[in-house]
Amino acid sequence: MTLTILKPGPLTTVQDMGRSGYAGIGVPTGGACDPLALRVGNLLVANAEQAAGLEISLGGLCVRFDQPAVFALTGAQVSATLDGEPVAMWARVRAAAGQVLALGYAETGARIMLCVCGGVDVPLILGSRATGLLAGLGGFAGRALAAGDVLPLAAQQPPQGAAVVRAPGRGGVLRVLPGPEWPLLERRVQQGLLSLPWRVGAASNRMGARLEGNALAHTLAELDSHAVQPGLLQLPASGQPILLLADAQVTGGYPRPLVVIQADLWRAAQFRPGESLHFVEVGVKDALAALQAQRDWLARLARMLAQVR
Amino acid sequence: MSKVAAANVKQPADQPGNQSAGAFPSIQPLGEAALVLSCGASLPVQRRLWAAWHWLKARHGDVEWVLGMGNLTGRFDPLRLKAGKIERALEAAWAASEGAADYHGKTVEVPVLYNGADLATVAAHAGLSTAEVIDLHTAGSYTVFCLGFLPGFAYLGGLDARIACPRRATPRLKVPAGAVGIGGEQTGIYPLVSPGGWQLIGRTRLALFDPGAESPVLLAPGDEVRFVAVRA
Repeated sequence: MTLTILKPGPLTTVQDMGRSGYAGIGVPTGGACDPLALRVGNLLVANAEQAAGLEISLGGLCVRFDQPAVFALTGAQVSATLDGEPVAMWARVRAAAGQVLALGYAETGARIMLCVCGGVDVPLILGSRATGLLAGLGGFAGRALAAGDVLPLAAQQPPQGAAVVRAPGRGGVLRVLPGPEWPLLERRVQQGLLSLPWRVGAASNRMGARLEGNALAHTLAELDSHAVQPGLLQLPASGQPILLLADAQVTGGYPRPLVVIQADLWRAAQFRPGESLHFVEVGVKDALAALQAQRDWLARLARMLAQVR
Repeated sequence: MSKVAAANVKQPADQPGNQSAGAFPSIQPLGEAALVLSCGASLPVQRRLWAAWHWLKARHGDVEWVLGMGNLTGRFDPLRLKAGKIERALEAAWAASEGAADYHGKTVEVPVLYNGADLATVAAHAGLSTAEVIDLHTAGSYTVFCLGFLPGFAYLGGLDARIACPRRATPRLKVPAGAVGIGGEQTGIYPLVSPGGWQLIGRTRLALFDPGAESPVLLAPGDEVRFVAVRA
């Protein structure tokens, strides 16, 4: 069982839920920037939660299914065709041997997930198949995919019924909690961070989104190196914040004014260069309730989709 | 041994009378899924943090514990574990580390071929010969404070201030694995090919990071590192 990359688009990598447990030795968790899209995609094709799929930045991917396959596209909204016929997103789709899936470019959002029944079966490195681009670790030869790459798929009984789920709403807002340096910021800077629109800059990547807007002059010094994580907002001396994403390094040293709540990490990864976002402050209770609601939704999807195997 | 190499090099943090090892740290949330204990970076504090880190890893395997410079972060699933429990674990680990402030790791000798592209730059900045830079670099005993930046990258304390050197104005796009460099008042070894702004003074053949190995990293927090000059 294989999948052949005909055209990789700007950046396509093999990703799963990442490698946890190795941050202490400097290895980032990594994994899919939009873990919700990966989880739903895997549920649609009856994969295990830890199965690997392809994360496609902005689109442009063209792949051939070398054998009959069941796949699902989730994440950023993109037009896609299978041998020229339009295919739905957030749905279970069947492909015959030799059929070619071609993606256009995302209309909104930044990252599309392609999950295939069985999962991309590259070797587990430190417990994960995720591609860590900075370290050249895991995934397919530790690198972004290129035309001609042939990806192995694990054999798995394909699910039978039809399945489609409603795409989760994205919006332009990220909910945040105050970070350790929040109380040290002048009120003017606090208000600026929460009231100004922030545009995602072109230099953004899987490690972080560089936010552009009215630079917030502040006087906070850099800190001793400390653990950082996806969702953490860093505020360098330039006043232009950096929103850390899945491939964030393990440690950093910039002030930490805000932290995006866990339930919104997938949203944070879906702002593309040029799009604007707002931060809105919530409390810890709200953050936990939002995370619980998201897990409950996934659990309901899992139960529903288990009936259409 | 040359006069330069024989110089007694001490880190400021190692001076007797430093009281910060006993200061009670602060514990703050880092979002709803992480807590960070901070106590300020010094070698005595860091020794306690190594002990606390091992203590926590042995007791709370469902939390990811990450050491920083003078701080220790626990990441957890906030729907499975309550922040209060993690906070109490951090407090208990800190209390338990009091008697463990003399924690020492292993000593690792790192053979270095001192032929780095920036060795002359470092020497010129220091007003020393390249041989003197090498002598000072190999004379020091370095302590691994924590790992980070890249898999297997060790933050080393103990660089002789005389060979501190600002980072390159323009970082290199590709620093080879095993490159030994000086960046500001730090020295370190690049474990992997990566971009980097440090002044490169040499290279080691030791593998700092091998994901296939049972122990993927060569250096661990608390280890002592000695650089040894080799000819090839």
